[in-house]
Amino acid sequence: MPIPSESELHLANLTKSFGAVRAIDGIDLAVPRGSFVALVGASGSGKSTLLKTINRLVAPDDGAILFRGTDVRSGPAPALRRRIGYVFQSIGLFPHMSVAENIGIGPRLAGQPIGTGRIAELLELVELEGGHAARMPHELSGGQRQRVGVARALASDPQLLLMDEPFGALDPVTRDALGRRVRELHGRLGLTTLMVTHDMTEALLLAERVLVMARGRIVADESPRALLAGAGGEEAQALVAVPRDQADAIAELEK
Amino acid sequence: MTGILAILLGLGDKLAAHVLLAAGAIALGIVVALPLAVWASRSPPVARIVLGFASLVQTIPALALLALFFPILLSLRAVFGQELPTLGFLPALLALALYALLPILRNAVTAREHMAPGVLEAADGVGMTAWQKLRLVEAPLAAPYVMAGIRTASVWTIGAATLSTTVGQPSLGDPIFAGLQTQNWALVLAGCIASAALALVADLLLGAIERGFAARRKTLVWGGAALALLGVAAAGWSQADFGENDDDTVVIGAKSFSEQYILARLIGQRLRDVGYDVAYREGLGSAVVHDAVATGAIDIAIDYTGTLWTNEMNRDGNPGRDVVYRTIKEWAEETNGIRVLGRLGFENAYALAMREDRARDLGVRSIADLVRVAPGLTIGADPEFFRRPEWFAVRDTYGLRFGRQRTFTPTFMYNALQSGEADVISAYTSDGRIAADRLVVLDDPQNAFPAYDALVLIAPDRADEERLLRALRPLIGAIDVEAMRKANLSVDRAENKLSPAEAADRLAGEIGF
Repeated sequence: MPIPSESELHLANLTKSFGAVRAIDGIDLAVPRGSFVALVGASGSGKSTLLKTINRLVAPDDGAILFRGTDVRSGPAPALRRRIGYVFQSIGLFPHMSVAENIGIGPRLAGQPIGTGRIAELLELVELEGGHAARMPHELSGGQRQRVGVARALASDPQLLLMDEPFGALDPVTRDALGRRVRELHGRLGLTTLMVTHDMTEALLLAERVLVMARGRIVADESPRALLAGAGGEEAQALVAVPRDQADAIAELEK
Repeated sequence: MTGILAILLGLGDKLAAHVLLAAGAIALGIVVALPLAVWASRSPPVARIVLGFASLVQTIPALALLALFFPILLSLRAVFGQELPTLGFLPALLALALYALLPILRNAVTAREHMAPGVLEAADGVGMTAWQKLRLVEAPLAAPYVMAGIRTASVWTIGAATLSTTVGQPSLGDPIFAGLQTQNWALVLAGCIASAALALVADLLLGAIERGFAARRKTLVWGGAALALLGVAAAGWSQADFGENDDDTVVIGAKSFSEQYILARLIGQRLRDVGYDVAYREGLGSAVVHDAVATGAIDIAIDYTGTLWTNEMNRDGNPGRDVVYRTIKEWAEETNGIRVLGRLGFENAYALAMREDRARDLGVRSIADLVRVAPGLTIGADPEFFRRPEWFAVRDTYGLRFGRQRTFTPTFMYNALQSGEADVISAYTSDGRIAADRLVVLDDPQNAFPAYDALVLIAPDRADEERLLRALRPLIGAIDVEAMRKANLSVDRAENKLSPAEAADRLAGEIGF
């Protein structure tokens, strides 16, 4: 398969098993630069595992991943991870570091620590006040913590942002607001974004391309508009049916 | 109370030695435990093995663990050479460090297990190397737990360090052991108070460090650490000053009973008079004294012919008092170069003793008479007695079979006889309490107990030191059993007690020095 030159990310014949379970079963995927891709599927469909092979938190059994044309295994894993933003459901702020220290950790590890000006800028990007910089993580609400998590992921100016159920633990209002903000930052900073979610609504509203996974394979690869128009097959349509029926029911109530 | 206060004020050296020993053991424990904990946190099988081993060590009584290091170090001399010390600081340090391992290890491993998985995933996700993750995330998060483990270990170690007296390491156990043997409760209390106070201070300082880590308050961490280190440094400084002329110091050993304490002081006073510096290693286990002299860990000790005959030479039979003495003298000089300077003149034999009224009621005058009534009686003895060859010899020679056997420390053994908790005891013939308590020493018509002439043993290094030998020779043959009994009683009695040093002074006067 020829590699399109504008591919930010290219996965070829990727396979990973845990014991007898095939978590990823021979996946090929090209992600063009600047796209926002959502990976949707039920629990155990392999979507999280797939995401973590990209920043090498999981090592595949077989296959290759090219990031900007270079095999991700060609250098040390920590160096690769510093170039890729990573946001995940349990957030993982370091409880013994202040908000500013948490945000600045990536650049600090790379030997290029950032100053208070840049911290304030990053806080502003995720709609937090500058005063939060000196706080400790346990003093923040869940939504504020995940905003800090996003700011931390953006601190090293990554080209690629990986998000694993990033808004899963947040209340619906915060979830909606932070989702919109991330979508906006994706455009403004020229990121390529991969987001794993089990929520089809979120995928349809934020992504420009939705991949549906089941049993370790990609069973549908469509734009939101195409999915809503009925494309993608049975499994994808079952997932799309949920928000559509909910929307219909709400519209019915409003009559 | 003023007595205890005066004793406490005199414990400075013991306290300093105690602090250095405990601090050294904890430091060694930390240095070993932390890398092991890191390894264990990355490998569950290693965690199981390491924690299992540390728990196993913990089940060995501290006293036994300390004593075990004597033979271990002795056999390690094959590797490290004859200079390796087998008594004193080194075995105490190693045993206590082993003891300190478990709480530190267990807390460190538990801390790692309880770390939020999200935090560890984030550490990888932001691009930390394994070392950065350990340094920036795992270590600071584990610090309060590890500190709590170190704190527990410290309190244990400070308490257990009192037992290092038995392997010849000065500590706050010295007054406790000496006091227990001579029923000097002020001495025991002073030792306990000092060691408990030390444990409380250590707990307080380490607790401050722990809270500092937990609350991320650096002043608390540094303040606590600085004060703790200052204490250790002060102890080290005072000991360094104290040990300057160590080479010329004659070390006199004493087993853990009054006669040994008194004789050690008597010898010490004579050596001081001729210009020697003298140090005492008191409360030594009976089994280690001979080896301690042979290896030069102590320079001078008093031992007994019967003890050496049966326990060191593994001989049975009783060829007669003089033959036994001559055989031992030759054997000691040939096998390990110990100089047997001579016999002090009295015997401290094992003998079976009863209360006078009880013996009369039962019609018992000799061990042979005892055979008939023994199944209805309880025999009390010191902790060693029932495992000693002398007991096997007496038991088998007469066919003795007691209804019950109980062990007591020597002091309480006499009390047990008075209170009726024992009918017969393994008494010592030079013991002043035999006369004071009006006890009957049972005849031994078959000579099953060997003779126990008190001997002066001198370490190989000092065997030809004429100045030292000249100072001690007048003691040979100078102390009869009456004089020794009187001195022993003056220390052992409940009222109007003398210290071993005072008793030694009087004994010296009595025998004409």
